[in-house]
This record gives sequence, structure tokens and C-alpha cells, in this order.
Amino acid sequence: MGNEMDTPQTLDEMAAALRSGQCSAAQLIDQALGRAQEHRHLNAFLSLDPEGAQQAAAKADEELASGHDRGPLHGVPVAIKDNICTQGMPTTCASQFLDNFAPPYDATAVQRLRDAGAVIIGKTNLDEFAMGSSNENSSYGPVLNPLDTSRVPGGSSGGSAAAVAAGIVPLSLGSDTGGSVRQPAALCGVVGVKPTYGRVSRNGLVAFGSSLDQIGPFATTVKGAAGVLQAIAGGDPMDATCPDQPMDNWAAECEKPVGPIRVGLPVEYTADLTDEARAALLGPLEAMDDVELVEVALPHTRFAIAAYYVLASAEASANLARFDGIRYGVRVAEPESDLQDVYVASRTAGFGPEVKRRIMLGTFALSAGYYEAYYGKAQQARAAIGSDFDKAFEQVDVIASLTSPTTAFELDARTQDPLEMYLSDIFTVPSSLAGLPAISVPAGADGKGLPWGIQVIAPHWEEGSMFQFATRIESHVASAGSLP
Amino acid sequence: MTIWTGASGTEYEPVIGLEVHAQLRTASKLFCACPTVFGAEPNHHCCPVCTGMPGTLPVINRRAVELAIRLCTAVGGTVHSGSVFSRKNYFYPDLPNGYQISQFDKPLCTGGGVWIDTEETGRKFIRLTRIHMENDAGKSSHSGDGHSLVDLNRSGMPLCEIVSEADMRSPQEAMAYMKALRSILRYTEVSDGNMEEGSFRCDANISVRVMGTEPFGTKSELKNINSFRFVGQALEYEIRRHIDVVDSGGSLEQDTRLWDSKKHVTMFMRGKEDAHDYRYFPEPDLLPLDLDPSWVAEIAETVPELADERSQRFQADLGLPSYDAGVLTAERELADYFEEAAGMVSTPDEWKALSNWIMGDVLRRLKEENLDTTAIPIRPQRLVQLLALITDGVISGKIAKKVFDELWEHDVDPATIVEDRGWKQVSDTAAIDTIIQSILADNPNEVEEYRAGKTKLRGFFVGQVMRAMRGQGNPQVVNQRLSALLDNTN
Repeated sequence: MGNEMDTPQTLDEMAAALRSGQCSAAQLIDQALGRAQEHRHLNAFLSLDPEGAQQAAAKADEELASGHDRGPLHGVPVAIKDNICTQGMPTTCASQFLDNFAPPYDATAVQRLRDAGAVIIGKTNLDEFAMGSSNENSSYGPVLNPLDTSRVPGGSSGGSAAAVAAGIVPLSLGSDTGGSVRQPAALCGVVGVKPTYGRVSRNGLVAFGSSLDQIGPFATTVKGAAGVLQAIAGGDPMDATCPDQPMDNWAAECEKPVGPIRVGLPVEYTADLTDEARAALLGPLEAMDDVELVEVALPHTRFAIAAYYVLASAEASANLARFDGIRYGVRVAEPESDLQDVYVASRTAGFGPEVKRRIMLGTFALSAGYYEAYYGKAQQARAAIGSDFDKAFEQVDVIASLTSPTTAFELDARTQDPLEMYLSDIFTVPSSLAGLPAISVPAGADGKGLPWGIQVIAPHWEEGSMFQFATRIESHVASAGSLP
Repeated sequence: MTIWTGASGTEYEPVIGLEVHAQLRTASKLFCACPTVFGAEPNHHCCPVCTGMPGTLPVINRRAVELAIRLCTAVGGTVHSGSVFSRKNYFYPDLPNGYQISQFDKPLCTGGGVWIDTEETGRKFIRLTRIHMENDAGKSSHSGDGHSLVDLNRSGMPLCEIVSEADMRSPQEAMAYMKALRSILRYTEVSDGNMEEGSFRCDANISVRVMGTEPFGTKSELKNINSFRFVGQALEYEIRRHIDVVDSGGSLEQDTRLWDSKKHVTMFMRGKEDAHDYRYFPEPDLLPLDLDPSWVAEIAETVPELADERSQRFQADLGLPSYDAGVLTAERELADYFEEAAGMVSTPDEWKALSNWIMGDVLRRLKEENLDTTAIPIRPQRLVQLLALITDGVISGKIAKKVFDELWEHDVDPATIVEDRGWKQVSDTAAIDTIIQSILADNPNEVEEYRAGKTKLRGFFVGQVMRAMRGQGNPQVVNQRLSALLDNTN
């Protein structure tokens, strides 16, 4: 293999190099494992699987040599967020509760990646049980932002975002409940997708907020992300909320010539932006041809954060009940402990503070006498937010906003104030509540050279138009040369 | 009717409602593909879903929904499309997810009811509040040395919970209701109703009130009473306990209790203040059950004629007494058996005779050999043939019992048995006269006493004659000839 300049970086480059014989899957995997070692200080990975990856790479090479081509992901190294089950490999959810846990099965998305020939090199760090916006809630320490190691990568899928941003892998999987793929993608300067709720099977994704959770890809390019989504999406008999729905060839959609498009700008999302942030959003959009910007109203946006933290926490309080110290994970039991003692001691020792906070919050919201005031009201807010979007999409094709109100912030900057941390997700949470597909694409950089991300939100099941417009932003930004 | 009276002389009325859990007869569990076969090695019928592994999701078993709908139709309930599964949250080691998936505010079925028939109060309609679906928990066993074992084979078994209104007024009615409900479950093949294997379990809500007053008293909930007999005993005990407290001016606290079937007492389990807050909320992993009306209609078509209706028909069309009809229709297989045999004869006497044979000898033999009603070894046709031999005077009723025992072992034409064994009834007057005369000659004292008025000795002579004829004498002819020769009344 040649020097660093010649090594394939993006999915397209890798696919071409593998098929031209310029490199082998085994070499790509070794390169990825080597880079993971080089970037150990980022703390992006919780575990690596060199033996498994090398075996899979050897198999991928044999298959290609014998003419069995599994498609664009064949032989490509990927990283998987550590809350997505991988058979026999650690799946800790970045929680000491599951320190030694290896699930007995593969998540559907993982199985589909393997079937597409992708090679899993390891599992990435995250906020414990995906609860957080900075990756500082990990039991195994924070992930550092590869672009500035004094800053957070965003969260909760910080490790998967950082692994792509650092060039360790061209692709990775994260999970997004209220912004956990899009926000770290924005803060790390990569592409991140939250598909339509139900587009990707949740089977094997350790549940946080079940009615919101979606697995989504990170990639260096929009087309790369589209290719990964293509591989993992589609109906799954193991997930009752994942129906068969028509799918376009999204990678091809990215390359289609496109005509004029109406792009909605929600007033509620731009009102409080700083001048710099506003410029980061409007600069590219206003400069692009054939883009008609239309102001739209999403009046119930102000209820989104509160509704989200009630609903996601309520679901989480039940979802995390299975971590009881009985069948797997941490068990703290003294000889004289009774059952109640084992529950309390195991869960006290196993869960970190943010997880405990959300379990308490969710338990309270579901309690007798409070249910209607909290859970019931939050459901109403969720429905109202959904119809806001429905109305907006009567006027526009897609909606655009910043992904995050700020660029990457410094480590520890928000850890003392959970509420401020929760506001990191203010632009991503509403589309999660509505179940809409959304993508974050790198836009310009701020004064410190840190990337902004632009979020594109599309109607249900219309990932195609989302990818198309995201590709236009991507190429505009690239030609403007404004990336960090 | 039992009158419940306190020490003060005040009369009380029990008010009872039952919650029955019935296991739906599916091949696989409610939310995963594990088998439902009973009796496997502990923790051998489970998978990541029913052991609550992280990341697993429930997927509803279509067959379970179908069976539950069939039950709802059978009891005349209203089947609702859009019923919602909810999580019922509580911690216990045999509940792997930390929540049960049940239905709460939007159950599959509301309304409907079950007819019962008791000696005390006759026919009565017990209304149902609702029927909903849920998964079962695993099974805990406690060793007593501080360790507990959990078997998750039962975790995720498909259940329906059938909740009655508080319409029952005596333990007898409660037991009759349980029997009627179990009969419906078995007739419809919705559940095997097997109480030993835990596929039919009962909780009872009980309170008492002064006879003639409206408001319900404070209730106790009796948990997990797993036989008809225990339901009766537990309710009797609890009614007495409630009356004793109320009648002596005391007040009851709402509580949950367990029946101790060895000590014959109910034991306090928890009070109202310790009641769980289950924090029900809609299960986000399952969509509301959107039911196609034509599918529901198709399922309704599969509901067979049920015991109560069938019993009414047996009484009206075949002239059977209500008791007979009730016994014969309690199990679908037995009713089918009777009905197949009944179709081969055509008079009320024959139907009643068949009923007697089935209620008597057939059920006795089944019980002796611990067989169920699917395992009757005698074909209905054989029973009818046996009956014809009696009617035609070929054999006596007594010999018929022996033929019946032979038929139980071998499927042969009863006429052949009678022929081979030489069991034919003797009706020949001359032959009988010869035997009678020899008996009279052998017993001159008894003849003298009889003729002097000790007519009780009649039975003695019949017995002697029948014994001499090895039971094969035609009883009518024997009686008639005895009269002729002994009483000289010819």
C-alpha cells in the first residue's frame, strides 16, 4: 500500500480499491485497527475485535476473489455503538452494569451489515445507555473530539462519530433517540442519519426510549451514509414497529440531478440563534441555486424538550428494569441480603448518576396520580408537534435547521447543569418525537475552526429527498471550501 | 339455600367476583417462538426474548389473538379493534423484563357472560367485565435454605384473563361459574383448562353485606386458588371470617390473602397500603391490535355449540333430565360421544338408557383408570348394540355389565361376546319351571314360611333361581313363573 495520501478513505474509494486489487480487505482492516490504536487517546472504542475482524476480512477477500461480491460494503471496516448487540462480543452500553456482558445474538442491523460483507472492528463508546449529549456519561470515561481534544464529540453516539471523524473507519452505526446520531455528527464534522421511526429494526438495540430509538449510520459522505442505511433498513419480523416499506436506491438518489426545491425554515429554530450560528445555516442555503427558502411555523416546539424527557425517561424506567442483577450484569449480594437488598445494591452500584436521574424521572412521571399530568400531557404535546410538521410539509419539501445550537463545547462545560445539557438537543428532539427522518451534514466552521452541522428533516419514509438535498448541501460546502 | 348468619342473628350475603387466567392453546409463546409444551427441563424452553435479554422485542403471536377472539365471541363479549398492550411494572426474579405485557385501559373484549346452573339458585347469568391478553411470568421455587430457583419455561406463555362482575352470591355459584367457564374454554379449544399444569388459575374477590342492602363491603382478594374444591373452601372460610368481623362491630381492611390448603385458612399477604403502583403505560414495542372485521367474523364462525346450549337441546329434544344433560355436556368429548350413540337410537327410553350407561359405568371406569373423556375405549356403536341386546331380552342388565367390561378391553360385537360366553338370557318357561321346582323342593321350610305370609322371602327365591341359572334367567319370566308356582296365582 502506498503512503497515507493514497490510502482509500471514503466508502467509494475503498470499494473501488478493493475491486481494482489496489488493496485487500485484510489491509483495510489492519489499517483501521492500526488507526484505532493510534487514536486510543480519543477513547472512541470500548472494545476491538482484531481476531474476529481479520477472519471476516479474510473471508471477504476470498469471496471477492471467487467473484462473490456482496456490494458496496463488502470488506469495509465498520464500528458499532456499544448499545447494539453483537453476538459473543462485549455489549456494555458504556455501563459498568454490563461490564462483562456479551449477548447471545446479533442485532438485526448488525446481521444485515455482516450479510452485506462489512467487517466489524469493534464497539464504540457512548453515554451510558445512550443517555447524554456529550459522551461524558460513559462509565469508561468521555470520548474526546478528534478535531479538538479539549472538547466533547457530542452524544450519545460520541464514539461512533469520533471513529469516523478520526478516519479510523469510513462508516459506523449509532443510535438516535433525541439527536444522539445527528448532534455528535454535527460536532465532529461528519454525516449522521436518523431514519424514519420504523425504517431500521430495533431488534438488538438495547432500548432507551422505545418509541423514539432508531439505529442510524455515520459516514464521511452523504452517499456513504445512504449506502449503510440501504443495507440495514427494511421490515423485520422480529420488530413489530418495523414494517415493510418501499425503499429507493438511496445512494443513486444522491447522484440524481435535482430541480428546484422548497426548503422550510422553522421560525422557532432560528429566533434565538447567534449571528454566527444564523450565518452558518443561512450562508450555504441562500447561496445554493434552485432553493426556495420558506419560513414555516412549528408552534409547539417549545414543549418538545419537556415532552421528550418525560416520554423517553418513562419508557427508559421500564426498559431498564430488566437490569436487576438476577440473570446478567452486576449483582451485589451479601450473605444476609434479601431480594430487595439485591435489587437496590445492584442497581445502585451498576448505574451512573444520569441513568439514575432518568429512571427516577420516568418512574415519577408514570406514578399513580401523576400519570395524566406528565405522561398524558407529554403524549398530547407529542401529537401536536407531529401535526405541526404535517402542516409544514404541506408547504415545503424538506425542513432545514442547524443540528445543534452550538459547535462542540468544552469537556465539563455542561456536566453540572443537566437542563443546559438537555437543551443541546433542542433542534433534533422535535423530529424524533414526530418520527421523521433527519440527517446532519457538515456545513461551515465557526471562528475556532469547529464544524457546524445542518439538519435536513423530510416527511415520513422520504429518506430519498432528504439524501438528495443533503448531497446538494455537501457539494456546495465542499466547493465553497469552508469546511474545517 | 345457605343462609349466612352472624352471632347477632343478622343475615349476610356474600358478594363474589372471579378473575380467571387461562392459558391459550398455542404451539408457541405469546411474544416469541419458544414452545409451550409442559414439563420440559427447567429453563430449556426459553430464548433471548422470554429471558429478557437486552435489546429483545416482543412480537405478537397471531394464533393467540385468534384464540382469545374465539373466547370473546363464545361468551358474547364485544371484540374491540385497536386494543392496546400496556406494560405492568413490578420487580420479581421470575419476571425477566421487570414488566408484564398486559392490557389495561383498552382490553380486547368487554361484556358478555356465562350461564351457570346450581341446585340452590337454578339458572343464572354471570356477567363478564372484560377479557384481555397478557404473558405469563416464570416459576419461582423457594428451597427454604435462603435460595430460590427460577424456571423461565413458563415465562411468556400466552394467557387471557377473564374478569367477572361481582355477580356471584355463594361459593357454589363461584364453583359453578368456574366450571362453566372452563367448559367453554375446552369446548372452544381456546385452552385445555388443565389446573394441575397451571393453565387455569383463579383469583377471587370477596366481600359480605347485610342481606337486603346495596353497598358492597370491604373486599379481600384471594390469590391463586387452583382447584374448584379450594375455591369453595377458601370462599367459605373467608365469608365466615368477614361476617365474624363485621357482625361483632369490627371493620375490615382491604387486603390480599393466600389460601393455605393444608391448614384450611386464608393467610394475610399484603394490605392496601402495600398495593403495587404498577405504573401502566402503553407498550411502545407493540402496535395497537388492528383487527380486520372479516377475520373476526371468520373466527366467530369457528365457535361450536357450547355446553349450556347443548344441555338445553338434550333436554328439549331427547327428553333428558336437566341433571343428565348437565353431566353429559360438561365435557365436549363426552357430549360428542353421547350424541353419536344417541343418533343410532330413536326413543326417549333408549336415550335415557344410554345416558345412564355413560353417566354410570363409562364415567366410573374412566375415573378408576384415570382416563379423560377422549379415551373411552368402547365405540358408541358398541354401546348401542349392547343396549339393543338388553331391550331385545337377549341378556339381562346384570349380564350386560359383564359384557360392558369385556367391551372395555376388546372392540367386538357384544352379540359375539354373549354367544361365545354362553351368556344368553334364558326365557324358556319350561326350563325355568324345572329350576324353580327343584329350588322349592330343596327349601320346604322357606316355602312354608312364605306361604304363611313371610313374603319377604320372595327375594330369597329369586336369588336362588338366578344363582342356579348363573344370572342368565330372564328376570321378568323368572318372576312371573315364581308367582305361578309359589303363589299358585297362575
